[in-house]
Amino acid sequence: MTWSGIVQIVLFLVAVVGLGIPLGAYIARVYAGEAKLAQRILGPVERVLYRAAGVREDHDMSWRTYAIAVIVFHVLGTVVVYALQRVQGALPLNPAGLGAVTPEVSWNTAVSFATNTNWQAYGGETTMSYLTQMLALTVQNFVSAAAGIAVLVALIRGFTRRSAGGIGNFWVDLTKATLYVLLPLSFVLAIVLVSQGVVQTFGAYASARLLDPTTGADDAAVIDQVLALGPAASQIAIKQLGTNGGGFFNVNSAHPFENPTPFSNFLQVLSILLIPGALCFTFGKLVKDVRQGWAVLAAMMVIFVPLLVFVVAQEQAGNPVLHALGVDQVASSLQAGGNMEGKEVRNGIVNSGIWATATTAASNGSVNSMHDSFTPLGGMAPLWLIELGEIVFGGVGSGLYGMLVFAIVAVFVSGLMVGRTPEYLGKKIEAYEMKMASLVILIPPACILIGAAIACAIPQGTATLGNPGTHGFSEILYAFSSGSGNNGSAFGGITVSGTFYATAIGICMWIGRYWLIIPVLAIAGSLARKKLIPPSPGTLPTHTPLFVGLLVGVVLLVGALTFIPALALGPIVEQLQVSTAAHAGN
Amino acid sequence: MSTRARPLFDRAIVTRALVDSVKKLDPRRMIRNPVMFVVEVGSAFTTVLFLHALVTGRGEASPWFILAISLWLWLTVLFANFAEAMAEGRGKAQADNLRKARKDVMTKRLLEPHRGASREEVLSARLRAGDVVLVEAGELIPGDGEIVEGVASVDESAITGESAPVIRESGGDRSAVTGGTKVLSDWLVIRITVNPGETFLDRMIAMVEGAKRHKTPNEIALDILLAGFTIIFLLATVTLLPFSWYAVGVSGGVPVTLTVLVALLVCLIPTTIGGLLSAIGIAGMDRMIQANVIATSGRAVEAAGDVDVLLLDKTGTITLGNRQATDFIPAPGVTDAELADAAQLSSLPDETPEGRSIVVLAKEKYGLRGRDIHALGAKFVPFTAQTRMSGVDLDGRRVRKGAVDAITKYTSAQGGAVPDSVRATVEEVAKQGATPLVVADGKRVLGVIKLKDIVKGGIREQFAELRRTGIKTVMITGDNPLTAAAIAAEAGVDDFLAEATPEAKLAMIRDYQAKGHLVAMTGDGTNDAPALAQADVAVAMNSGTQAAKEAGNMVDLDSNPTKLVQVVEVGKQMLMTRGSLTTFSIANDVAKYFAIIPAAFATTYPQLKALDIMGLHSPTTAVMAAVIFNALIIVVLIPLALRGIKYRPAPASTLLRRNVLLYGLGGVVLPFPCIKAIDLLLTVMGVS
Repeated sequence: MTWSGIVQIVLFLVAVVGLGIPLGAYIARVYAGEAKLAQRILGPVERVLYRAAGVREDHDMSWRTYAIAVIVFHVLGTVVVYALQRVQGALPLNPAGLGAVTPEVSWNTAVSFATNTNWQAYGGETTMSYLTQMLALTVQNFVSAAAGIAVLVALIRGFTRRSAGGIGNFWVDLTKATLYVLLPLSFVLAIVLVSQGVVQTFGAYASARLLDPTTGADDAAVIDQVLALGPAASQIAIKQLGTNGGGFFNVNSAHPFENPTPFSNFLQVLSILLIPGALCFTFGKLVKDVRQGWAVLAAMMVIFVPLLVFVVAQEQAGNPVLHALGVDQVASSLQAGGNMEGKEVRNGIVNSGIWATATTAASNGSVNSMHDSFTPLGGMAPLWLIELGEIVFGGVGSGLYGMLVFAIVAVFVSGLMVGRTPEYLGKKIEAYEMKMASLVILIPPACILIGAAIACAIPQGTATLGNPGTHGFSEILYAFSSGSGNNGSAFGGITVSGTFYATAIGICMWIGRYWLIIPVLAIAGSLARKKLIPPSPGTLPTHTPLFVGLLVGVVLLVGALTFIPALALGPIVEQLQVSTAAHAGN
Repeated sequence: MSTRARPLFDRAIVTRALVDSVKKLDPRRMIRNPVMFVVEVGSAFTTVLFLHALVTGRGEASPWFILAISLWLWLTVLFANFAEAMAEGRGKAQADNLRKARKDVMTKRLLEPHRGASREEVLSARLRAGDVVLVEAGELIPGDGEIVEGVASVDESAITGESAPVIRESGGDRSAVTGGTKVLSDWLVIRITVNPGETFLDRMIAMVEGAKRHKTPNEIALDILLAGFTIIFLLATVTLLPFSWYAVGVSGGVPVTLTVLVALLVCLIPTTIGGLLSAIGIAGMDRMIQANVIATSGRAVEAAGDVDVLLLDKTGTITLGNRQATDFIPAPGVTDAELADAAQLSSLPDETPEGRSIVVLAKEKYGLRGRDIHALGAKFVPFTAQTRMSGVDLDGRRVRKGAVDAITKYTSAQGGAVPDSVRATVEEVAKQGATPLVVADGKRVLGVIKLKDIVKGGIREQFAELRRTGIKTVMITGDNPLTAAAIAAEAGVDDFLAEATPEAKLAMIRDYQAKGHLVAMTGDGTNDAPALAQADVAVAMNSGTQAAKEAGNMVDLDSNPTKLVQVVEVGKQMLMTRGSLTTFSIANDVAKYFAIIPAAFATTYPQLKALDIMGLHSPTTAVMAAVIFNALIIVVLIPLALRGIKYRPAPASTLLRRNVLLYGLGGVVLPFPCIKAIDLLLTVMGVS
């Protein structure tokens, strides 16, 4: 690893934590009703919204009602997004004259954006009109992220309330997350991105004369290049902040209009982890023990940082086959060195590595380099981060509630080891919580493994593979991991707009989101009903390095034991093959 | 305390367990344990694969390899069954002993509830609740009941294992008798309180046999987690088949065999804890029984581990049963020797422990030898509720000792008075948590005897230890707050309840429970019953009343209130054993992957040999070594499951650090050398 790499990684981590602390405290104040200044400015808007929707702010929902509200809201959202894509040809703000999107891609995209996945079975500039991008996709970017925060806050209420029947009001939680957190942050970020050169226009695609005319596939002369434009900055801000990741343009943040400068790159990659990291502090504040928040964040960091260093080191080390051929892959003032295939020269190894790790640790899924072209092990780390359950930072809200469920399991096992019915934050963990926690842990791997197994077994699964062989298997595994984990990034290499992949991954995304939200809310409801047990020396402290270690152990062990066989047949054997080939080349 | 430790591997128990472990293969029983049920299905499946390979000759692998795997899988199931049967067997042996006490005897049923009533001979099995019987010396008590009339010494060794006879009498807290015990002297008129088949003995037999064993809450929660893991590993292995087809399409070779997949599955699912889980639960009950505590359910044993408030009766638990004289404090103008002499005289005929302690103190401190009261011609004046004094009349002297108000009354009746300095002494003594007795000779007040509660040796340290494990101790006493506070401070309890009434006790338990605590207490009297029923863990003394035993969820056969601490330890130990073995079981999987994955795909991806860090001989020996390790570890851990892991009172984080290191890290590391060793052994034996 280069010195510049180390400095950039440290700077990035310091920024995530440093900005996360005040932001997390602010979000806690919003939900505790103590953000006075913000309330004075946005409160009137909030009240108008409630009045218009007929929402009673003090109406406390049971977990079932809350869950039904979440599901109904997103089913309706999915229908609207689907419909807008199907009829976009007849609607305004479509300067490129794009027609209706196919039914399977429309379904896939609708589910993808409603579930905060932003898996894209399409290329933005060649498929979606400006109206669809803004009204269908950007709106979902906001509300799907806000729903994640809402569910998290509901779970936290499960810990803080005692002998209570309700866990809050979904509509209020959703509105607060959008209005007080996501909108202001996105507004500021979008403005700054525009200052860096990210496009924001309703104007038609521009055309530029090529300096070096060429010929197309049909041998016709090509003298002009069409430059796709659009209202990109406003969508990109929330795409990063809301762990959505769906690019305005097909190549996502590798596109110069989407991510033009080093500063825009830094801001965007920072935005990926900003809210998921800050929510750890929100959690600590709301349970009135900031150490608990630090502990969860520490557990995330303990997994994240080594994998980040691993990815950068793997990519910087370059391709062993090229080494064997005598190619110079060492970093110098003239070249980034390492494995630069699929990476933007302006981003280089380190920034591509940071982005790839951050975007898969968080369930963001935006990319500034092509993960498919990483070295086998360099690509395995992002894949594995997704497979851990998108809980290392994870999605906005969803990452932390997933991690808290793992904490519940860790508390259960360690509680037994100290001879007491386990309790977390004073709430007893019993059979019902374990049942729901098991579901939360079980469902994503089930989707990934079953999906990938079907794809391997049927011709439709392997027909569209760009790379047969072990790498093709990694691509299949990555596609289902990305969908089930609601990440949305693509390894690429397979065409996923066909009926099989569009449908199957759509199902995985739906299950991976809502079949987890329901048990999480059930845990919240069950915990809220319980009494609070006062801590004593016999209580297992959950803020100590020991517990952090245990939590990390549970996450890694479950992740490793579930996916070792599959990973062995994908990236691991591919790396071994590459090494063998390099030796043979010598 | 009489613990009757049985050897861990008793010959008779082992023999019975071996038979039972085969009987337990019945799938209808196995399904109650999902993890082991999966193993059984896997065993049956590989057996079919073996037969197929043997008959057709076109099996997926050598029939002998499949057979070997299949046999070891069956053994895995049998080992788990054996562990459970061993735990049950220890209970059954105990039950057989108890059954001997439950025999039908002829008994005398009385038509009226008094000794002289007309009677008829009936078989004890035909007695119903409400019948009244007469039991005389040498006869067995035919059923559980309350004494209506009489006092007798009773041999309860059949129930308690304690050979010293106990006194049972009508009225008060010692009026309950248990069927199967024997009257040694005198006679009793007993009203039978339960129908045959529902007696204490019957319930005890059912309990130790585990006939009505229900899973405890934590066991259910753990079962769910284990089932979750099992499903995850089922998915991870089943999907390997299509993944393997894909790999073969890419790289050639043959797809992974079903036998290896089943072997991998069984190695990965938590069979170690799955196989030992019920044994741990039964063994927990068994350890209670060995401590002479009968729990009415496993739930109660488990709750004991969670208890964080102990309500302890002062007398007998914190202090020795009786107060003892520690000082003579003379009144002005009285010598020490004079007071000691009078105190001794007044106590010579006094048979109460307090009285005797005064005589002892006089002898130790002033060399006053015991005198024969009859030789002196003294007349003993015993303690009565009216006078509240006792003493002797001798040569015209009238020596009395009693509480300060009783003596005040006595002296003032004769024109005397208690000097102020003596009153001050009395108050001083009371403040120290001791009881002052004032001694008077006629109207002259001689001084004060200080009677002190003696706190049991080592109890302070024991409470400090409990505090470190997060358990709060509360002393319950009928003493006044002043005395109570002093003893509480001396014994080092966290809190006390003075002038305790049954209502105050009940209110205190409710109060703690409302704050989220779990409360344990002991009790023996009928008036303890409401509090016993309210407490989360309630240990009734076997010497107590039927009502108390009904209200509690445990009965201590030794009637030793200090047992509560031990009960808590057994509960904790049971949970810890489960948690540690779960961690161990899952941690084991890491090594098994390293053994099996390279072996399973040896033909498709020979490069994966790089993962075989143990350097195993061949794919065949690698898979077999992992399966054999997985089966044997269950047997190796049976003693640990039955005995429970070592428990030392310590804060939660200390315990966790120790157990994570031992069972978590140990669980990751241990299988590597073991699998390697088994592999070497297999190679030596010619398996290739």
